[in-house]
Amino acid sequence: MAAAENDKKDKLNNAKKTRVIPGYHLTLGIVIAMLSLIVLIPLASVLVSSLKLSPSEFWHLLLKKNVLNAFKTSIGCSFIAAIVNTVFGLIIAWTLVKYDFPGKKILDGFIELPFCLPTAVAGITLSRLYSEDGFLGKPLKALGIDVAYTKIGLTIALVFVGIPFVIRAVQPILEKMDNQYEEAAYMLGATPRRTFFKVILPELRPALLTGFGLAFARGIGEYGSVIYISGNSAKEQTQVISYVIMQKLSYIDYASATAIALVMLVISFVLLFAINIVQLRQSRRTNLL
Amino acid sequence: MTEQEKLQRGKRRTKIILITVTVLFIVLMLVVPLISVITSSLKEGFKFYLQSITTEYVISALGVTLIATVIAVVVNTFFGICAAWLLTKFSFKGKQVLATLIDIPFSISPVIVGLAYLMTFGRLGWTYPAIRWINDMLGTNIRITFAVPGVVLATIFVTFPFVSRELIPVLNAQGKDEEEAAALMGAKGFTIFRKITLPQMKWGLIYGIILCTARALGEFGAVNALSKTRGGTFTLPLEIDALYMSGTEESITAAFAVSSILVIIAVIILFLRNLLEYRVKKKGEVR
Repeated sequence: MAAAENDKKDKLNNAKKTRVIPGYHLTLGIVIAMLSLIVLIPLASVLVSSLKLSPSEFWHLLLKKNVLNAFKTSIGCSFIAAIVNTVFGLIIAWTLVKYDFPGKKILDGFIELPFCLPTAVAGITLSRLYSEDGFLGKPLKALGIDVAYTKIGLTIALVFVGIPFVIRAVQPILEKMDNQYEEAAYMLGATPRRTFFKVILPELRPALLTGFGLAFARGIGEYGSVIYISGNSAKEQTQVISYVIMQKLSYIDYASATAIALVMLVISFVLLFAINIVQLRQSRRTNLL
Repeated sequence: MTEQEKLQRGKRRTKIILITVTVLFIVLMLVVPLISVITSSLKEGFKFYLQSITTEYVISALGVTLIATVIAVVVNTFFGICAAWLLTKFSFKGKQVLATLIDIPFSISPVIVGLAYLMTFGRLGWTYPAIRWINDMLGTNIRITFAVPGVVLATIFVTFPFVSRELIPVLNAQGKDEEEAAALMGAKGFTIFRKITLPQMKWGLIYGIILCTARALGEFGAVNALSKTRGGTFTLPLEIDALYMSGTEESITAAFAVSSILVIIAVIILFLRNLLEYRVKKKGEVR
């Protein structure tokens, strides 16, 4: 009994000893206080006010046709955009890391434009560009493809917003990746294609998954860059879920807005959690190597 | 030998295809939109351009945007440094959970942020009685939603993890040996921070501040839910929205003119960002 207590004390002392660096309590206090005030309490308010609804009310508000359609549109288009981004992000990251060509540095500098450009600016620009008499919309229209005010336009805007996530997740891994695996695979007689799919791709999988997840999560909640190019029409199912929430807010229909928001919060928490697990595994793996 | 040649040719072909795809994608998806903002903004001539970026509404919006951005950057830099210190220098229970919670604003729709503040501070929010009580007591007229404080709060929320996210990997890579040595030799916390940690994370900090500024200047969705007075609480992105939505050819050109201000800032930020990365890489090579 006494030994156990001593053990406990020792452990406590050890824990304290490892904290030679000052400032633990101070920073812990500041971080938790600011996090609660700015992020957690306001989000909890959404949760609390959505809990005021009875379950039947909640489902009634949520299962309205235009709400369900908006969820379908947002999730579907973000998923397609995230897949497009994963494929092109891998190609672009690969090209920027492995090959040299004139103008590479400048192109590389453009990758993060979507992070720096305000979403509303991106939205109106893409909308004009792909409109019937826009620079890219006109030739596409001639080919019989309507982009502006359709789901295609919506998906293009989401590709624009999401592309840096994948490229910036994959690039550092590719840079660090040793050529020796590639060379070994080649020596052992694997074709380049086989080397890529069996050796390189598995190495990149966590980074690709992270990039995909971030682009997907961003896409589901996206507002500014998509509302101008998508038609926001309930009939053509081009309303995104953020637009529906905003619409409910302007009609002061807070009950519907919070019910929808709650579902979106759950979706983003699940995605964030999944991304964190992938990243944790990845860092563990790289630490072991 | 022919096998070898075939392989080489195949490799070259892949290289050319991949470079073409990359160039086309970046040019069509990123470069063309950037150029089109500028050309659209100058459609009605330079005089019109100057006129549309100096209207009363735009100047008021610029003011609100700058206030919100400066406050958000200061608050988030302070928070980012504290969070990075806490998460990289100490180990404690629930650290991973805390790190995940800090990242929440990254994956939340900005519109939900607006809603969250409405439900907290708005007329139906649970702090509304308290706010009213304070106003009655002090004879003030403090409002948070549909006023500048709400805009500032929403901007802080959406940029909340930007600085900490840049600092944490930098400090993690550096380890904490130097700080521990300094602490054991009796250095005070702030001295350790100033003399050891700050120089280590300098570039990460600058980069985080740059990204935070970029995002704060351009926040739209969250602010859109919380700000309804044009010429009073509107930020630049909201003013752009109002101009674009009025729908006449002229006001659309004006919207692009106002956008060009933000685009120029975005390009400067991109340039600084690349410059920084180049410097950090160069430093890494010297080592």
